[in-house]
Amino acid sequence: MPVASDLDERSSAERPRGRLRVVLGMAPGVGKTVRMLAEGHAEARAGRDVVIGLLETHGREETAAAAAGLEMLGRRTVSYRGTELTEMDLPAVLARAPELCLIDELAHTNAPGVEHAKRYEDVEDVLAAGIDVLSTLNVQHLDSLNDQVAELSGVRVRETIPDAVLAGADEVVVVDLTPEELLERLRAGKVYPQARIESALNNFFRIENLTALREVALRQVAEEVGQRRMAAAGAGSRAELLDTAASQAVGERLLVLVQPEPSTQRVVRRAWRSAQRLGAELDLLWVRPPGALDVEHERSLSALMQLASMLGAHFIVEESDTLVETIAAVARRRRCTYIFMGRPRPARGLARLRVALPLRLMDLLPGVDVRIVADRGRREERGER
Amino acid sequence: MKIPRNRSEQAQTAAQGRILIPFTAQGLSQRALDAALRLARAERATVVPAFLVRVPRTLPLDSPLPAACSVGMPLQEVIEQQAGAAGVAVDARVSRGRTYRDALGRLLAQEPFERVVIAATGEPGNGLAEHDLAWLLSEVPAEVLILRPALG
Repeated sequence: MPVASDLDERSSAERPRGRLRVVLGMAPGVGKTVRMLAEGHAEARAGRDVVIGLLETHGREETAAAAAGLEMLGRRTVSYRGTELTEMDLPAVLARAPELCLIDELAHTNAPGVEHAKRYEDVEDVLAAGIDVLSTLNVQHLDSLNDQVAELSGVRVRETIPDAVLAGADEVVVVDLTPEELLERLRAGKVYPQARIESALNNFFRIENLTALREVALRQVAEEVGQRRMAAAGAGSRAELLDTAASQAVGERLLVLVQPEPSTQRVVRRAWRSAQRLGAELDLLWVRPPGALDVEHERSLSALMQLASMLGAHFIVEESDTLVETIAAVARRRRCTYIFMGRPRPARGLARLRVALPLRLMDLLPGVDVRIVADRGRREERGER
Repeated sequence: MKIPRNRSEQAQTAAQGRILIPFTAQGLSQRALDAALRLARAERATVVPAFLVRVPRTLPLDSPLPAACSVGMPLQEVIEQQAGAAGVAVDARVSRGRTYRDALGRLLAQEPFERVVIAATGEPGNGLAEHDLAWLLSEVPAEVLILRPALG
């Protein structure tokens, strides 16, 4: 018969990995931490052992009040270059081993000298110990969105986390607030102290920034839900969910066949919109026939490359006089799933006897969809507006 | 001699000049577009709608800008639709800069244009400002047509 200590050891060893729930928001002050604490209270009332591992109140009275009644572990002090910094006490969390631990600000960078450089790595240890974690995150801290958010807001966030951390979370909930409501909270001093309000209103907290960030946050959660649904449809075990099935299911790559001509831009724009919807990479391919370009084509090529760069597309130039084979080779090499092209020019002379380009591509590239973007000018001519 | 078969082909084949119509994510003046299309039809010119984008200083100038593009690309589509309906050839551009003027200056340094059509907005911070228009008039070797802000 096992002794008590053996039982404890075995139960600890067999304790399944904890579950991670992330409260996602568009900006500071939307109420993520308060939501986290409210959920903590609800779990505690339901009889679970809940502990606050780390709480950042940022001096907000509302947040501090929401924590009242929950057990909070102390922070540990870390000395760095003569400054005393405080961090979450990971060993204390693991030793206390609650059922649920509330850990604020998942993207935080730890002071040097503790176990991990980033808080999400601390959280990984806590989850591995079989403790459920409830944490908070602002959308601009996601690696993949950092550039987009910097573009929208002009503010580049230094503390970022890999998207895989959020993708690996068992649940993501978004705390949504209209930009107007958030600005009202800011003006009422519920987000920052009085001295910082004016500066915040003039910089990050502009209504156009908040509107865009809100859209990003809501879209992020919608995409998460979509990916999970697709993954769940094809995979059984949790490990398979986001790593394999989803990435294969949604791993689209679009190839646009371009020519240095003004009409090509419309095809590129169409393909980009589709790529945005699919969350796909976008490649532009120009099969350049041997020979020099005239000034007009040089200009069109330059404009096309600018457009590709602004859209975040990859511009590929292959010099060849075998169009179909070159396109097929690039599509295979880049693992493209769609080909976008403009309406081919009507063939003349003997070329009329050849099989049309889209059909030849479909023959050479089974499994790749070929989409022909309509010629706007022709539709206008027929009066089909 | 080849005779153009329709308005669009006529415009394509006979395009002589290039009329630049810059716009920003704040929108495009319908009056400026109408004026540019009227001129282009009369002169058999090509309209060049140029989407100007400001790149924050925290980002490299050649950064992809998907958020800005999500506004600018539909506007390019609308311009092409209207130009197509008017039988005017279109050759769109995008240009990035630290300011709208910078973006416009970069584009003008690369390509010559016969005319620039632009609408004064009358709203500070919305598109090209008054001093940008003054710069355009004094520095750009093209005919510049500035439309008054819409009344009301």
